[in-house]
Amino acid sequence: MISFKELKKNLKKESSALPALKVALLGDVTTQFLAVSVMGMGFERNYNITLFEAEFNQIERQVLDPTSDLHDFGATYTIVFQSTHKLLEKYSMMHPDAQVLLANDRLDFIRTICGSVKGRIIYYNYPEIEDTVFGSYANKVEASFTFQLRKLNFELMELAQEIPNLFICDISGLQNKFGRDVMFNSSIYISTEMVLSLDILPYVASRTLDVICAVEGKFKKCLILDLDNTVWGGVVGDDGWENVQVGHGLGIGTAFTEFQQWVRKLKNRGIIIAVCSKNDEDKARSPFEKNPEMVLKMDDIAVFIANWETKVDNIRHIQSILNIGFDSIVFLDDNPFERNIVRENVRDITVPELPEDPAEYLEYLYSLNLFETASHSTTDADRTLQYQVESKRASIMKSFTDEADFLKSLNMVSEVKKFDSFNTSRVAQLSQRSNQFNLRTIRYTEAELGSIVEDDYYATFAFTLEDKFGDNGLICVIILKTLDSDTLFIDTWFMSCRVLKRGMENFTLETIVNYAKENGFKRIIGEYLPTAKNKMTENHYTKLGFILIDGAESEQFELSVDDCQIGEHFINKH
Amino acid sequence: MEFNEILERVQDVFRDVLENEDIVLTSQTTANDVEDWDSLNHIQLVVAIEKDFKIRFTSHEIQSWKNVGKMVDCIVKKKA
Repeated sequence: MISFKELKKNLKKESSALPALKVALLGDVTTQFLAVSVMGMGFERNYNITLFEAEFNQIERQVLDPTSDLHDFGATYTIVFQSTHKLLEKYSMMHPDAQVLLANDRLDFIRTICGSVKGRIIYYNYPEIEDTVFGSYANKVEASFTFQLRKLNFELMELAQEIPNLFICDISGLQNKFGRDVMFNSSIYISTEMVLSLDILPYVASRTLDVICAVEGKFKKCLILDLDNTVWGGVVGDDGWENVQVGHGLGIGTAFTEFQQWVRKLKNRGIIIAVCSKNDEDKARSPFEKNPEMVLKMDDIAVFIANWETKVDNIRHIQSILNIGFDSIVFLDDNPFERNIVRENVRDITVPELPEDPAEYLEYLYSLNLFETASHSTTDADRTLQYQVESKRASIMKSFTDEADFLKSLNMVSEVKKFDSFNTSRVAQLSQRSNQFNLRTIRYTEAELGSIVEDDYYATFAFTLEDKFGDNGLICVIILKTLDSDTLFIDTWFMSCRVLKRGMENFTLETIVNYAKENGFKRIIGEYLPTAKNKMTENHYTKLGFILIDGAESEQFELSVDDCQIGEHFINKH
Repeated sequence: MEFNEILERVQDVFRDVLENEDIVLTSQTTANDVEDWDSLNHIQLVVAIEKDFKIRFTSHEIQSWKNVGKMVDCIVKKKA
């Protein structure tokens, strides 16, 4: 981990070219060093953070007074750090009868914060202080500090499920990982009222930025694995599928079993798992297919590449099948040489420096928190299947010489729906994930989508796409806004890259135009807001027949509803 | 360890933390004499010195030094 000193140095570096982010920091202890760390870490993650740091211990005033500096500042993210120390102090001064209400009392206040602060709230949970007043018996005593503290941390998770804009930053988890003696330095605390040590601050800042990046749509989507000595012990080409070390019998097999269990959990959460190994393909597959100790099976792997090409080429190939950015890919390999080559040749890919001893893989990977996310839905788990289907579809396509014949043969059906209670969480999730085919890259939370649906000036469409190979699920989202009685504005158009070149753009436009006709609109305006990632949509509107509007402040395009020609497609409406 | 040897090492830590190679410390140097030696940087300096010498200062010590000489005295005692 980068040191506090390096983070502080980042503040002097030129950051005005980076995307700006407004962050507020409220704490009930000294937060200057935390502020420096968050800004410095922001630079590491390519953000130019403007930070509003409330004066010491002013959380209540800043939150409750609508004219406060905090509300004036208008932060996108508000970090709230209420320390366990101050909570313990409050508890200790309470009347014993009231102590049993400590957690509820604090939760009420956090609810108030969530109700008053606009934007997203990042709330630090509570690293435990065991005051040993009751010893272990505290677990049996509801009014004990230990009981109230754990209840509070638990209830915070419940609250975060209820309030979409509340994100918990798990600094209690950091203390579990590193220990209280690393987290907290008593003598520094007494001199400064600072409860986070200089050593832990970079980790706290990193976990904070993990949350911010995830909400901003920067997170990992794919894990690429080497095989020999990464997924199992030994070399399958030499040892044979029976003798690779995995499972409880052989050598350090347990380490690899547990590593595979971790990978499997990631896969079930929606992370795409791919394999990239220097091996003969049949040999590389054999443990997955034949060794009963293997936790990972071929079904868990979305793309399986084993050959004697360079890893750099193979990783590029995997990336092209998945159609995701290199910055969303993690590559794990036990060989430092391969790691370096990949790191040097594949820009933006994450290549963790795995420890030499496989027994240490997991604890090391835990410390990196690579897979932070800002959303979760049960359909995430289907993603592997979808990519497997995609590679099948790609190979069938080669057998058709005419693209139209191929598309016809797919028997594509799309279901078009308004946002409803079922699809809204998925829409919100796609809104955060979608970077490349996204015309304006406006990110919406579930709560924001809820109010859009209620608003008569907006019309919403969620598209699914199914073909003979399977269901792609929700793959396209449109939000239309009424500008005036003649004019519709395409506030949002994003699509999953999995369905490119399938005629979905034309089908979507047809849906928009039909809606416009039915409701008497004469023109449709689309806008392209460039980001680092959406260059593929630069000519989207002109390709569809929109005309660039001269003199507009941004790149806006216009389509006349009555005269427009919609391109061919072979998608049937469900 | 000798007083002067420690003073020199402390000076290196100061130069490193405050990123200023021109810092020269003597026994009489106080926070007022060194640019950027404020109360927050003081904490960074204390933690860096603790790490460098593998010692821990008490909270009383951290607050009590009147000048660099007193700080070095404190380290001499701990390393004795």
